Amino acid sequence: MRMATPWAVFASSLGLFLVASGATPIAAQETQVGSLHGNPQAGKQDYRRYCVGCHGPDGDGNGENAQWIEPRPRDFTAAVFKCRSTPTGTLPTDEDLYHSVSRGFVTSNMPSWLPLTQQMRVDLVAYVKTFSSRWRTQGPGTPISVPPETPATAQSILHGRELFQKLECWKCHGPAGHGDGPSASTLTDSKDNPIRPYNFAMGSRFKCGTTNQDLYRIFMTGVDGTPMPSFSDNIQPNDAWDLVHFLRTLQPYPSPEATAWHAWLPQHASELKPIGPDQGEQ
Amino acid sequence: MINWSVKRRDGCSLAWRTALIIGGSLCAAPVSSADAAVPPVDGTRSTATPPTAGHPDSYEAYIAARGGVLPTASRFTYANGAHKSAGIPAFARKYGLACSACHTAWPELNAFGQRFKDRGYQLGNDRDSPIWVNPSYIPFAVRTTPQWRLERTTHQLVDAVPGDPASGTVERTITQSGFDISGADLLMLGTLYKDITFGFVPTVEDGEGVGIEAAFVRFDNLGKTPWVNLKFGKFELDNMLSEKRSVMLSSNGTFYQSYHFVPVGDGTDFGLGDNQIGAEWLGHSENSYTRASVAVLAGSDGVPGLPSGKSYDGTFTLSQAFDAGRLGVERVGVYGYVGRRPTVFETSGGEPIPGTGTNNKTFYRIGAVGDFFLGKLEFLPLFLHGSDDKDLAGGTRNATWNGALLETHYYISPQFILTQRNEIIRMSRQALVSTPKNLGNIDAFTFGYRWYPIMFSRAGLAMLGELSFTKTIGTVPLSGDGVGLDPLTPDTPVRSTSVLVALDFDF
Repeated sequence: MRMATPWAVFASSLGLFLVASGATPIAAQETQVGSLHGNPQAGKQDYRRYCVGCHGPDGDGNGENAQWIEPRPRDFTAAVFKCRSTPTGTLPTDEDLYHSVSRGFVTSNMPSWLPLTQQMRVDLVAYVKTFSSRWRTQGPGTPISVPPETPATAQSILHGRELFQKLECWKCHGPAGHGDGPSASTLTDSKDNPIRPYNFAMGSRFKCGTTNQDLYRIFMTGVDGTPMPSFSDNIQPNDAWDLVHFLRTLQPYPSPEATAWHAWLPQHASELKPIGPDQGEQ
Repeated sequence: MINWSVKRRDGCSLAWRTALIIGGSLCAAPVSSADAAVPPVDGTRSTATPPTAGHPDSYEAYIAARGGVLPTASRFTYANGAHKSAGIPAFARKYGLACSACHTAWPELNAFGQRFKDRGYQLGNDRDSPIWVNPSYIPFAVRTTPQWRLERTTHQLVDAVPGDPASGTVERTITQSGFDISGADLLMLGTLYKDITFGFVPTVEDGEGVGIEAAFVRFDNLGKTPWVNLKFGKFELDNMLSEKRSVMLSSNGTFYQSYHFVPVGDGTDFGLGDNQIGAEWLGHSENSYTRASVAVLAGSDGVPGLPSGKSYDGTFTLSQAFDAGRLGVERVGVYGYVGRRPTVFETSGGEPIPGTGTNNKTFYRIGAVGDFFLGKLEFLPLFLHGSDDKDLAGGTRNATWNGALLETHYYISPQFILTQRNEIIRMSRQALVSTPKNLGNIDAFTFGYRWYPIMFSRAGLAMLGELSFTKTIGTVPLSGDGVGLDPLTPDTPVRSTSVLVALDFDF
């Protein structure tokens, strides 16, 4: 048989270029992250490739793998999102969703999609927003302001510890932040699925980020769809920073807060009252 | 994955299957010229054996005329179509992701899958350690390929009268076809502990026994940095264009000619696509856009048992990816491999003693590779320059050659892909001045499709069709079945055609 390489190359290359996919139009919804504009149609292609197995073709969190996944994949049709920079009950910004896709979620099956191009991630955000009419009737909330961080002193940490007791964070997260508080086993999310409180001893990342600013934002906006409320009405910004500094000391990793705390603690350990129900009754 | 049968002209025939990371000749061994004179086990191929004794125009006479240098090990041939590495449904089952999350079309990795692999087959979402895995989970997958195939090779030397070896030799076209099966890859890769991963891939071939395609342990994110990852054992080189992950499976199309080419008469037992034994350092950026690796390897082309000398081979890869927006992730890279092979062995009773090779001679391969996306269209170009020392190439000067290929994929959807590949090999300098410059040159072309009617996080099934041609000047093709003997004259173009229709499943 004779080689027909040039013709074969031409024919095959032409064929590859001419084949087109059958895509259906999607109602455009404005999505913008920085200078990038999201295209839901392009996002649909990527959603089918990367996301559909868990979140399902209809975005309702009922993909083929959902039954095996704990916690369950997000239901985009409800338009309730955990990680936001906006007040509780409001829609997140496009940047919030973009960062969630890029970062992934610790203690869940949602990985970081950082290897995808930025445009692809923005397109995915645009497509996710097509699953709920809420995006057509409401705009995202106004991001809360995060004031400059206060110094991470021993006094700040100690005050944060008092707030951890006072606000009853320990009831879910446990006295040592291990996610084993007395209420932990009873918690459910907004779909009545069991949910575990965050265990500060398990990792260096939080559900919605890694920085102190992220941690501040988490309890000032709340984690919608879970029992974790917003504390923006309960505590002042400086108090919130104190709580951030204390929570950092619960993590088994080096940090400025842990350094300050462990320098202060040996001489004052006897002055501390244990966190927990007994302390609360005093 | 699976099933490719590698046939060397030294007579060693062993089916491979491949596996994810994998590749490597299971039958290579130091071959002395005495070994080369032994007829092949399966009687199919042996270049060292005079193809047409007494024929005045035979290749033997040609070889004799160019200095009497007979090839020692010689080139090998892939045959019996098939396979390569695999996607690992066990990972999909563990993480609940569909095949398409990590693969452009399995088994080829996409940018996300590359990062997953670079992290030690971990997603980094704190669900990597076995403690998070359902106790019933087993990190095991299997891949094999039932198929119908046709192999047609021209200018094959056959007895003039069938059954009468004394009747002389004539050239004919040999056509073989029928239903067939590939061997099976048993893919076992899992996480021993966070950041510690093992891989073990035995291959099973009907009538050929069991081989070890890959066996390694890797330690990742040492010092909590993605730049320090170590791997020990037998594994696929960090080839950016992975032969083990090719989506093409026919006899001619399943491998890259550039990865296995050696000049006619050359005894170098090495293939870039073969799994090697050694230790590898891999470093990568957080998103794996920047990647680099360096490996120190045994000089045995992946054959265990210390069969060669005491020297080591070395290789490096370096690649950088770029964010091209909606077009996709574009990557360019360079690679190099330097090896040494012994030319003298201690002997006992005239038989070489494994591991005693000395008087090593050098060979190298260097090149560049790319992976470019234009939306659904992917281009995979590769360039290779090769050189073998004159003592390895059986001549008076170093042999050099160049290879280039362009592979194209069009992803109609994550479940339907069209493929094509063009590849050429051109000798730039023969080891012997008297050797025709174009002896051994190769042109290859493959076209095909893969359709994945089943693509879940539990298993995958691909239905594929493929047509592949090669033209090799003056010698047997690297692939295809046929007889496996060189044509009578060195300027004869030997054409090989592979047709494959197969079911490729991975569970």
